[in-house]
Amino acid sequence: MKSLLSLLFALLVVLGSPALAQELAPDAMVRQVTEDVLTVVRQDKDIQGGNTRKAIDLVETKVLPYFNFQRMTALAMGVDWKKASPEQKKRLSEEFKTLLVRTYSNALTSYKNQTVVYKPSKVTAGDTEAVVKTEIVQPGNKPVQLDYSLEKQGESWKVYDVIVAGVSLVTNYRDTFKQEVSNNGIEGLITMLANRNKQLESGKK
Amino acid sequence: MKPSLSHSLSCLAFALVVSAATGCTTTAKNPKDPFEGFNRAMFAVNEGLDVVVKPVAQGYDTAAPLPVKVLIGNFFGNIWDVWTAVNNLLQGKGEQAISDVGRVLINSTAGIGGAFDVAAEMGLTKHAEDFGQTLGRWGVGDGPYFYWPIIGPRTTRDTVGWMVDVYFDPVWRLDNVAWRNSLVATQYIDRRASLLPSDKVVEEAAFDKYDYIRDAYLQHRRSEIFDGEVPYEVSDDEPVR
Repeated sequence: MKSLLSLLFALLVVLGSPALAQELAPDAMVRQVTEDVLTVVRQDKDIQGGNTRKAIDLVETKVLPYFNFQRMTALAMGVDWKKASPEQKKRLSEEFKTLLVRTYSNALTSYKNQTVVYKPSKVTAGDTEAVVKTEIVQPGNKPVQLDYSLEKQGESWKVYDVIVAGVSLVTNYRDTFKQEVSNNGIEGLITMLANRNKQLESGKK
Repeated sequence: MKPSLSHSLSCLAFALVVSAATGCTTTAKNPKDPFEGFNRAMFAVNEGLDVVVKPVAQGYDTAAPLPVKVLIGNFFGNIWDVWTAVNNLLQGKGEQAISDVGRVLINSTAGIGGAFDVAAEMGLTKHAEDFGQTLGRWGVGDGPYFYWPIIGPRTTRDTVGWMVDVYFDPVWRLDNVAWRNSLVATQYIDRRASLLPSDKVVEEAAFDKYDYIRDAYLQHRRSEIFDGEVPYEVSDDEPVR
């Protein structure tokens, strides 16, 4: 009986996993993920109060599966990406992911009364790239554009760039990364990212 | 003749500029930022000023209830909409200019002097234009990047644009100096307060806050000039996957 229950439970977990949401169009996917996250944030006083750790946990479970961090890292590094070995690429992506997740989570903790307007995206069958535009509406201030670039991987769409008010959170690092690689090589960049992540983590902010 | 405050201030500013510019002009690494030495010095000045400005903005942010902040934001927004309309016209975006004029008319009357953004509810979207964007539309390039005390980052083009903005800004044109100063101060604090939520994001995301703000500012302005539809450029930096 117990094993039957756990089997059922496992089945539920599998059914509930993102893999099944793979047929969603990119705009529908962005909407679903955003609303999922905001539903939690709206009820969570800790996150609204600036608890980054809790926001990171939320982002890791709800948002991470829909992001392609390898492509993000490649985009941030530009031509230097090709200089990295497969093993270095893996470490780079892992460190950059940690940093981006923290950035995204910090942004979530500043949530107040904003609402999100989703603009329909033009995607036709066969497209492998899409841009989904949204707008964060906040009373008394002009709305902030929040756009996502997505690519199709197999059957599902993955975000590879997040653009806030015209600023790509990914390519904003390009000059910094390029500088570090030219000064200290790929290993130098990995060390720089890892050190930053360690420093932020120990800051417990 | 007694030296006026503004005179001594401009002397101080001049001295700062000269010492900073001669101190480290050779550190320029980024072609967009040839005066990095000067800019970093001014950035430090602003970070220093923010030690005072930020708590004031935080106080305002916690003390003023949301509806009050919305009223204040709308009030200044309504005044700016006039200038947005002019700039949209100058950029040949007639339809947007008409919509902006409509916004000002509706919000100044039905919106009680701009306190309520009634026009937005009616579907007239708010635009944000300034003279720097107009110059950009006309094909004027960024020019060297600057970081100014008080006003912060501006490209050369946007510095000129900002001066024109201020010249035509009704708030700056008020005859009553006391009124003008308190409005300018309120607007400054209101703007700083609206940036409070991004403070931590930038602090933690940036390896070097100065670099991060510069690169973000340049991207942001480019997007504003093209109203969010930046033409796609194949950069020689794109990685081949």
